[in-house]
Amino acid sequence: MADVAHLVLADGSVFSGRAFGARGRAHGEVVFTTSMTGYQEALTDPSFAGQILVMTYPLIGNYGVNDVDCESRQVQVRAFVVREDCEEPSHWLAEGTVGEYLAANEIVGLSEIDTRALTRKLRSAGVMMGMVTSVDSPEEALDLLTAAPPYETQNHVARVSIDEPETTGAGTSTTPIVLLDLGVKYNIVRLLKQRGARVEVVPYDTAAEEILQRHPAGLVVSPGPGDPALLDEQCEALRGLVGRVPILGICLGHQIIGRIFGGSNYKLKFGHRGANHPVRDLATGRIYITAQNHGYALDGDKLNGGIEVRQVHLNDGTIEGLAHPEMDILTIQYHSEASPGPRDNEYIFDEFMKMVTAGDEQRAEMARKSA
Amino acid sequence: MSSKPESVLILGSGPIVIGQAAEFDYAGTQACKAMREEEIRSILVNSNPATIMTDEDVADVVYIEPLTVEVVARIIERERPEGLLPTLGGQTGLNLAVALAEEGVLDHYGVKLLGTPLEAIRRAEDRQLFSDMLRTIGEPETESKAVNTLEDALAAAQAIGLPVVIRPAYTLGGTGGGIAHTREQLESIVRAGLAASPITQVLVERSLLGWKEVEYEVMRDGADNCITVCNMENLDPMGVHTGDSIVVAPSQTLSDKDYQMLRSSALKIIRELGIEGGCNIQFALAPHTAVIDWRRNGTESPPYSVIEVNPRVSRSSALASKATGYPIARVAAKIAAGKRLDEIPNSVTGQTTAAFEPALDYVVVKIPRWPFDKFAFGERTLGTQMKATGEVMAIDRTFEAALQKAVRSLELGGKSLLWETSPPDRMFDLPQGERPNGVGATDQRLWWLMAELRRDTPIESLVEKTSIDPWFLLRLRNIVRMEQRLLGEPLTRDLLRDAKRMGFSDDQIATLADLLPEQVREQRLMWGLKPVYKMVDTCAAEFEAVTPYFYSTYEVENEAEPQPGRQALVVGSGPIRIGQGIEFDYASVHAAWALRKAGYRALMANSNPETVSTDFDTSDRLYFEPLDEEAVRDILENEANGDGPPASILQFGGQTAINLAEPLHTASLPIIGSGAEAIDLTEDRGRFEDLMQQLGVPQPPGAAIRDVEEALKTAQVIGYPVLVRPSYVLGGHAMEIVQNATDLVRYMGRVAEAGLSGRPVLIDKYLEGREVEVDAICDGRDVFIPGIMEHIERAGVHSGDSMAVYPPVHLSAEEREEVIEYTQRIGRALQAQGLINIQYVIMPENGGSSVYVLEVNPRASRTVPFLSKVTGVPMVQTAVNVMLGQTLREQGYSSGLWPETGLVAVKAPVFSMAKLVGVDTHLGPEMKSTGEVMGVDRTFEAALAKALIAADLMLPREGTILLSIADNNKAEALSIVRMLGQAGYRLYATEGTAEMVRAQGLPVEEVYKIQSGKHPNLVDAVEAGLVDGVINTPEGYLVATMKDGFHIRRAATQARIPCFTSLDTARVAIETRLLGVDTYSVAPLPEYRGAAAGSAA
Ligand SMILES: Nc1ncnc2c1ncn2[C@@H]1O[C@H](COP(=O)(O)OP(=O)(O)O)[C@@H](O)[C@H]1O
Ligand SMILES: Nc1ncnc2c1ncn2[C@@H]1O[C@H](COP(=O)(O)OP(=O)(O)O)[C@@H](O)[C@H]1O
Ligand SMILES: [Mg+2]
Ligand SMILES: [Mg+2]
Repeated sequence: MADVAHLVLADGSVFSGRAFGARGRAHGEVVFTTSMTGYQEALTDPSFAGQILVMTYPLIGNYGVNDVDCESRQVQVRAFVVREDCEEPSHWLAEGTVGEYLAANEIVGLSEIDTRALTRKLRSAGVMMGMVTSVDSPEEALDLLTAAPPYETQNHVARVSIDEPETTGAGTSTTPIVLLDLGVKYNIVRLLKQRGARVEVVPYDTAAEEILQRHPAGLVVSPGPGDPALLDEQCEALRGLVGRVPILGICLGHQIIGRIFGGSNYKLKFGHRGANHPVRDLATGRIYITAQNHGYALDGDKLNGGIEVRQVHLNDGTIEGLAHPEMDILTIQYHSEASPGPRDNEYIFDEFMKMVTAGDEQRAEMARKSA
Repeated sequence: MSSKPESVLILGSGPIVIGQAAEFDYAGTQACKAMREEEIRSILVNSNPATIMTDEDVADVVYIEPLTVEVVARIIERERPEGLLPTLGGQTGLNLAVALAEEGVLDHYGVKLLGTPLEAIRRAEDRQLFSDMLRTIGEPETESKAVNTLEDALAAAQAIGLPVVIRPAYTLGGTGGGIAHTREQLESIVRAGLAASPITQVLVERSLLGWKEVEYEVMRDGADNCITVCNMENLDPMGVHTGDSIVVAPSQTLSDKDYQMLRSSALKIIRELGIEGGCNIQFALAPHTAVIDWRRNGTESPPYSVIEVNPRVSRSSALASKATGYPIARVAAKIAAGKRLDEIPNSVTGQTTAAFEPALDYVVVKIPRWPFDKFAFGERTLGTQMKATGEVMAIDRTFEAALQKAVRSLELGGKSLLWETSPPDRMFDLPQGERPNGVGATDQRLWWLMAELRRDTPIESLVEKTSIDPWFLLRLRNIVRMEQRLLGEPLTRDLLRDAKRMGFSDDQIATLADLLPEQVREQRLMWGLKPVYKMVDTCAAEFEAVTPYFYSTYEVENEAEPQPGRQALVVGSGPIRIGQGIEFDYASVHAAWALRKAGYRALMANSNPETVSTDFDTSDRLYFEPLDEEAVRDILENEANGDGPPASILQFGGQTAINLAEPLHTASLPIIGSGAEAIDLTEDRGRFEDLMQQLGVPQPPGAAIRDVEEALKTAQVIGYPVLVRPSYVLGGHAMEIVQNATDLVRYMGRVAEAGLSGRPVLIDKYLEGREVEVDAICDGRDVFIPGIMEHIERAGVHSGDSMAVYPPVHLSAEEREEVIEYTQRIGRALQAQGLINIQYVIMPENGGSSVYVLEVNPRASRTVPFLSKVTGVPMVQTAVNVMLGQTLREQGYSSGLWPETGLVAVKAPVFSMAKLVGVDTHLGPEMKSTGEVMGVDRTFEAALAKALIAADLMLPREGTILLSIADNNKAEALSIVRMLGQAGYRLYATEGTAEMVRAQGLPVEEVYKIQSGKHPNLVDAVEAGLVDGVINTPEGYLVATMKDGFHIRRAATQARIPCFTSLDTARVAIETRLLGVDTYSVAPLPEYRGAAAGSAA
């Protein structure tokens, strides 16, 4: 093979295949997703920052890449690993191949490896660090990998969050939805806008007062990459907001809010990543199929302060959603914004917007009374 | 939510016909198993004996009875089930359930419909209600109108504009539908469509030819939990029925947005309908803009249109189950029993539940198996009405490899993707509008595309001609590029590895690299290139899975490590085709079960997604693989443990498995049961003749010949008529009765054309006697005969197309004795191990009669399930035990005939001719039927009546019969005509026949022959609905002379009225009518057999 690349895992195992995308090397935590479609959304999902993404579905790139499937400003994964990358895609929207896209974004790719064997290894040994390289021998790569900083210790959120606040959507409400960007996907903003909201996206390190100054009708704490334990500052900032404004926490946002109410986090062996995760609503017994992408989960044993577990993962019982009816807090571990994944859970945004509108009316009432 | 019922009635789908095949045996069997797990008593009714679901240890109570309202009402009266499961027996079961509800039977006996409610069924099946529903919830549909008359259809078509698509309500497989480009086509399709629809309704719809066709399999439970099991994309766009399309799972050309848009729509519709269980929803999605530019100012989501919902499990759901590992029918049955999705464990992972959506980490390709290898004159064009009898599925990690494996699985006699049509398919030279369905599809389109790609035809031009998405064509071009590399480059390890990863067989590689297949294999193994086996686990390896369900691929990690212990491989029978149907799957399943019972690990190899044999819990390990030498050898080598490779069992998989005897033998791989030697002894004409002579068993005189001269000489000696056929074929393929030398020359010409020259042709004296068939089990010493069957039709009608009676009520004691004696001699002489099947003809001869042997097959035959059921002898299990070394005596059997009880059973064939335009329906030595039914009772007459009812051959009490009888049959037909007169039927006849009727003093109305050019001719009479039955015997066996008969038979088929082409069948049908048919009993099968004989040793 002319154009060889390797994936070297921290345990020393090597998967050799063909290089595609950019040439070079990249290290990161190696994770797999079982989503069969939506590779471009996944590539641009900030929650994958710092990670090497393995697709379990073998044929990637069939419908090419395009403008509308981006979920953030750039490709977020460190490297991309597939069984087969499609060099001749076909879709009326396609503007290029995944390989070209990765190359343009300077992301290394590896194809033609036994991704199922790799997945089975990650499933049984747990996720681990790895390096994809087309410029080193496996031995060299292993040395470099040993010296590389582990995924957990990195503050990935700082890297993916917006630098300056941005406002989008005219919205009908006078008061905006503020979105704390820990690594937001465009579709969250899109779905909020579709529901009539004016969305003000603010950087991850925005202080509580600054948020309050915006007179938010609601606050969305976005998904994002990495260990929530590294986000104590954000936790503190949010502590000052709970109860004062309706809050929706998604994924990382959910984990942080859980921490405010006494929860802690732990790392899952190989995470939940895919478009087929069943979640049970404890009140109704109803099952929802959700899109998920997280490596950490919330330990709810010590939850307090009136927050309740509302939804759990059907397979492993991990917490999937919290609710605090008095404080108008709603959190979900999964991605109701989907993209990629099933759209069954957009109702979460409806519920949130209902809380927001109810709050709006209350405020209006109060304003009228005080006038 | 409904509480769990105590007992449930399950309706089967009846005989195998095109559009409704083995998948419903799989569904029904799963349903029965599910009921057992839920501790619900299951009562099963089906008229098809060749099914696993009708086994007595699958359901709790088994009725093999006709699927009519009257019969099922009697069963309900007797069994008093609490619930009825309507959605697992195909369209037949569904429509029967609707009829039972509408006629008040269910209410009368307080039987609840379980699962999907009646209202949901109606709103899905009734094309008008469905379209109303879509409009209410704002889901897109195409302009259409549901109509009940031809006039309304014409008006609707006028409004919409041709071409339009006609789709009947309450049918499946596109039955009675079609695409009308002209007014004439419109009229004839609408007429057939209205006749095919049980509610006389067709939808006239704007054509969406060329759009993508995408299906979703959806499950919903009573608590409104709703998931999609998988989606599937048709390579062949809209206009070719999904059942006739090459299908991939999951979809390949849909972005996540496309995928989720349709998925959301599916869930919305299924919720609105209120389905409880499994269902299938079909969409048309706007294609690549290179196919049709539908864009209006830069829309982001392509338009789509909802085609239909099948509110039941279907062929697609069987495919989806096998493609994902998610057992749709089982889950649907449990939902019907009141379970929620999250209460049903996922038996694949053992850890998760049915409330999730499978993730695939492989590609699945399904290719239909069409019967045109048998029906050379059949119209090969594909359209909205399904023509395939079966299908194959292949799994691999790339599309190219899955496709190529699927092609290998088709078993088209060595026709790999390298094969080219010659001359190239004329269909594609026609301008777009005149292509029969606008997209130019035939069963050979895949090969045609390959040929074009080899000639560098640009992708765009192929897209334009076929509307196939460029993605698929680009993948085909990848295959072509690899072909070119193999042709041009030296075969290195890397090249070979790349070719194997693209699914090239050793055989193809050998052809291209100019080597022998065995050389490629040796080289490949020397380079360490052998397949690994990966598991189908529903979850893309996310969870550890316990399913022993594997496919091969050329990658690194092997998940199917060999296991210690005694083991054997059952080679299945591949796709369902005419001549090799579900009966062989039945036998394969039982073989696996018998192995397990005997303490062996049962390995199963098969390529057919519809079947019970490919259910992952039938065997200890399932290999979803092509059934060719390469794949089977790879499996055997992969499974080799300390005791060496497992033994292969080849006698249950029909000709597919038998064909492997020689190559496996040559490769020194062990075979248990009758091996290559016994097969050769029976197939090699010369050796067989010598043996029969030695044994003193008479044979019709004849010889094996290789050319025309020899043929003519032989025929001269033995005298016409003669029966001719190529050797080594199943189902009487290419077999004909030839009356004279001219026809013989013509026949030999056709054999040469079919590329069969070189292989010997068998030529025999045609003996027009009574045909008798025997299945026996031999252990080398004893020959045990579970039963003898006698055919209703005289020899010359293929045994698979004959009605057969057990026991042989018309045989004399001497004749029986002779049959038993010959069978024993033959079984012993062959040293057969396991099952053998022998066909005899009995000829009247100098006052007495003589028995001649026609053929001996040292393997399980089509009649094994039938005989097993009527005799209660577990024939397959007994045979397997023999192969494993247990003698018949050790199993409690001895030489001779198993005692008959009071039961009489009649097996009747069922045809799918309405779907196969251009195919003549007359009975002959070449098999044409696709399925069978059984009538069982305590008398011959009652059993016969039930068989006729179940096969839809029962004549109405009164009405008009049209007669057109060949000259050489006229004398014999006299008595039949008299009976018809006696029964009070009005008679129509063609000229000569009319004369004969008049001579009997019976009134008759004369109709013209078509050739006369005058009207009303006989086809007019049938089309005008004036006729209730047809008796027509063919004049001769050559196409040119058959025109009139051909048209009348086709017209009868299209009008769905009984048509008898054999006087023997006609006679029993009329006799049965005269006797009155209302005296049959309805009882569970073992009751007929009587308690005593039922239990086997
Ligand atoms: N409007 C249409 N234009 C073109 N093809 C159509 C249209 N509607 C249906 N078809 C084709 O006809 C086939 C059969 O129609 P369908 O209603 O699914 O029949 P069945 O219920 O018997 O399966 C479909 O698979 C599709 O390929
Ligand atoms: N010599 C013969 N005389 C009359 N009928 C025959 C003769 N040989 C075969 N047949 C008829 O042809 C049918 C098919 O022949 P068979 O040998 O069973 O073919 P296959 O092996 O394809 O099933 C038989 O069932 C029988 O009716
Ligand atoms: Mg249908
Ligand atoms: Mg259909």
